[in-house]
Amino acid sequence: MTSREEILGNIRAALKRQPNEPVPSPPPALLREGSADNLVDQFKTAFEALGGNAVLVKTAAEAQIAVEELLNGRTFMTSVKMRGGEFSRDACASAEVGITSADYALADTGSLVIFTESGESRLLSLLPPCHIAVIERSKIVPSLDDLLRQRPMPGENSSAMVIITGPSRTGDIEMRLVRGVHGPGEVHVVIVDEM
Amino acid sequence: MPVRISLFVTCIVDQLFPKVGIAMADVLERLGCELEFREGQTCCGQPAFNSGYRDEARTVAEHFLATFDGAEHIVVPSGSCASMIAHHFSEMFPGDKRVHALEPRVWEFSQFLTDVLNVEDVGAALEATATYHDGCHSLREMRIKSGPRRLLQNVRGLRLVELDPPEECCGFGGTFSVKFPEISGAMVRTKIEAIERTGASAVISTDPSCLMQIQGALHRAGSKIRTMHLAEVLACR
Amino acid sequence: MKTPDVSAALGDKKLQLAIYSATGRMAERRREIVAQNVLPDYQDLRQHAHNIKKHTLDHLDYYLEQLERSIESRGGKVIWAKDGAEACAFIQKLARERGVKVIVKSKSMTTEEIDLNEHLEQDGRETVETDLGEYILQLAGEKPFHIIAPALHKTKEDVSGIFEKHLHSQPESTPEGLTKIARIALREKFLQAGLGITGANFLVADSGAVVIVENEGNARLSCSAPKIHVAVAGIEKLIPRAQDLGVFLKLLARSATGQALSVYTSFVAGAKRSGEPDGPEEFYLVLLDNGRTKLLADQSKRQSLYCIRCGACLNHCPVYRKIGGYNYPWVYSGPIGKILTPQFKGFHDDPWVPFASSLCGACGEVCPVKIEIPRILLELRADIAKQEGDRAEKLAFRIWAWVMRHPKLFGRLGSLSSAAIESLPGFLAVGPIKNWLSQRDLPEPPKQSFRDWWKKR
Repeated sequence: MTSREEILGNIRAALKRQPNEPVPSPPPALLREGSADNLVDQFKTAFEALGGNAVLVKTAAEAQIAVEELLNGRTFMTSVKMRGGEFSRDACASAEVGITSADYALADTGSLVIFTESGESRLLSLLPPCHIAVIERSKIVPSLDDLLRQRPMPGENSSAMVIITGPSRTGDIEMRLVRGVHGPGEVHVVIVDEM
Repeated sequence: MPVRISLFVTCIVDQLFPKVGIAMADVLERLGCELEFREGQTCCGQPAFNSGYRDEARTVAEHFLATFDGAEHIVVPSGSCASMIAHHFSEMFPGDKRVHALEPRVWEFSQFLTDVLNVEDVGAALEATATYHDGCHSLREMRIKSGPRRLLQNVRGLRLVELDPPEECCGFGGTFSVKFPEISGAMVRTKIEAIERTGASAVISTDPSCLMQIQGALHRAGSKIRTMHLAEVLACR
Repeated sequence: MKTPDVSAALGDKKLQLAIYSATGRMAERRREIVAQNVLPDYQDLRQHAHNIKKHTLDHLDYYLEQLERSIESRGGKVIWAKDGAEACAFIQKLARERGVKVIVKSKSMTTEEIDLNEHLEQDGRETVETDLGEYILQLAGEKPFHIIAPALHKTKEDVSGIFEKHLHSQPESTPEGLTKIARIALREKFLQAGLGITGANFLVADSGAVVIVENEGNARLSCSAPKIHVAVAGIEKLIPRAQDLGVFLKLLARSATGQALSVYTSFVAGAKRSGEPDGPEEFYLVLLDNGRTKLLADQSKRQSLYCIRCGACLNHCPVYRKIGGYNYPWVYSGPIGKILTPQFKGFHDDPWVPFASSLCGACGEVCPVKIEIPRILLELRADIAKQEGDRAEKLAFRIWAWVMRHPKLFGRLGSLSSAAIESLPGFLAVGPIKNWLSQRDLPEPPKQSFRDWWKKR
């Protein structure tokens, strides 16, 4: 008997269930529908409360200028999705700033959501000590519940979805808050009315 | 029709703190209740139950059921004992009709005043600054929180100061206090430090076992702060 | 019953302050973020989470098979490990076959449970804990003190000393400076490592995904930088649907640290897909039994497996807040540890565990999945009394019960013992009386009992 068979066998004995015995429906998923009012303001407030910096612009061109200002001369890497080309892990690891898009933002918690299916790398929003995300205003949804209602199967086309809520942090030393432990300690988001 | 009450004073009040029972009887009679004290009463069985001796606890609970058969309102000056009867008897006698009939008729003393007699002012008076300790079973199992405070608010001359932090265990826990004396001692010392910070001259509770624990620690520390059961406060004039 | 010697912990003023303030802060932040005006449906969410866990565990075989299918359909592999030895053996073999020299790990109580690090290190593979608190403890050769805040008992001076000794760093006096030292040291490991091991907060059956929740970024790095990602999780971590995360994520970070969401919530459904720029090339999920199926069989205690490892019960337990994480015999401490340890490990070695509680109920009140910890403690006590029963104690309670069934005798004995207490010379106080007196004074015996007073009035 394989361990798999043994474990499943033990489970069925414990639950008094037969193999392939049908299962009643689970309790319905509890997903609230959030209000779509003032999403940008809500997001900005929540994001800034976490220590992030939010910049609002109207067009893609303005976004470009905003990003350059935030870069302030630092070395950077822009995501493959945004500029094409190849991804280099070494370049990512040595850049001071990582620039990515975001697929969604959650207004109530000030979170950014990135799916790998969109071509975004897992590491670019993680390795450099500063992360700048560029997102279209229409992608801001009220909350996680709304995201899950729109995307009930996040893993369908992505190997990873990450929900980023503020700069990397720890309280492990004397419960004192320190930012930028392994992930970026500095986070910016540029919200564009229309790309 | 006067309200008829059967007193269950609890073993600890009967033998160690009779003044609590006397005060409770006084308050209830002043409010026009008719009291009886069934002599067969002893204990609710909690010490044995909490130590895992359910068979022994069950025999004592059986005795309780027989003693209080037919009683209309059973009033108890202890949240933990009331909770034992109202919530844990059913675990020892699953599906038992007697327990099912009994549960809604058991009342912790302050609950009886506020929820059955609908009284919040018993005409008591006591000049003192006091603080209130929420016994854990009273608080979390019987859901007693605002009732005693409303009763105390109406005691003329009494100034109530809340404990900070609130809702923390005094460390009694029945046999816990003697099985893990050092931990129990550390917990009660934290409690009395909080009591001292309120500047109160008395600490009040609905639970005699908590009061015994706290009193023992206050006495050991040479403190002048005294413990009073809610009933004793409400009996003051 | 033998009880542990906790006097060292209780007597250490520095430690007491550290435990009390750290747990107090986490408890306060939780209180603020689940308050009526902030999260009005908090109680509904708790009940809902409980119901989902109940449904999942009551049909666990079904959901495990669904999870396996979902993972395998994307090229991932599921390893069923009936115990720690099997789980470790698989990972050791994988590391050997792939020639892995450096392994990075994010915090996982499950891997502590099976002593994974020790096994890997035996093979000469450098296994680095990357969670800052765990890293500090690993360097110092110690175990975690708390589920969420593993190094809460260490001061910054302690940490600087540990870094100076093991990393040959300069003395550093600020948490920021110390964190920077760790960041640089660990960054090197992340980029070198051939294998990343994580735990999983949730396993999502319909998606074949593991969900990992963290604040630092080390879990993301552990599962995304190395070529191979191995997730190790207990079989009880399952939830049916990705959509159920709405409820669980709303409860987890709030209960643990008082945040609405942790900084990084990763939903990982396998190795990188074609077209993705980065990510691991291989993904494995090690499903661990290690005694969980035994717990599953006990219907009244099955909910012990609902735990989502938030640590709230620890932060609110007056006993944990005095004795800290090292005085519990197993990796899981606090109230959840008190109910898991006897069920996993049996009663023989440490029968005292479920008795080390005043039954205050604070744990049950804050558990986000509504595990009835106090009820389960009482049931375990009854089980232990039957199995490991202290003969003397059982006899004492038999006699006690007999007296309690004889009210006239009770009346007389009661006053006798009161009198005895009054006149008891200190050195004759034995057993419970001695223990009571070690901490506080006995009450003044009354002049007459209530029943005597009643008779006279």
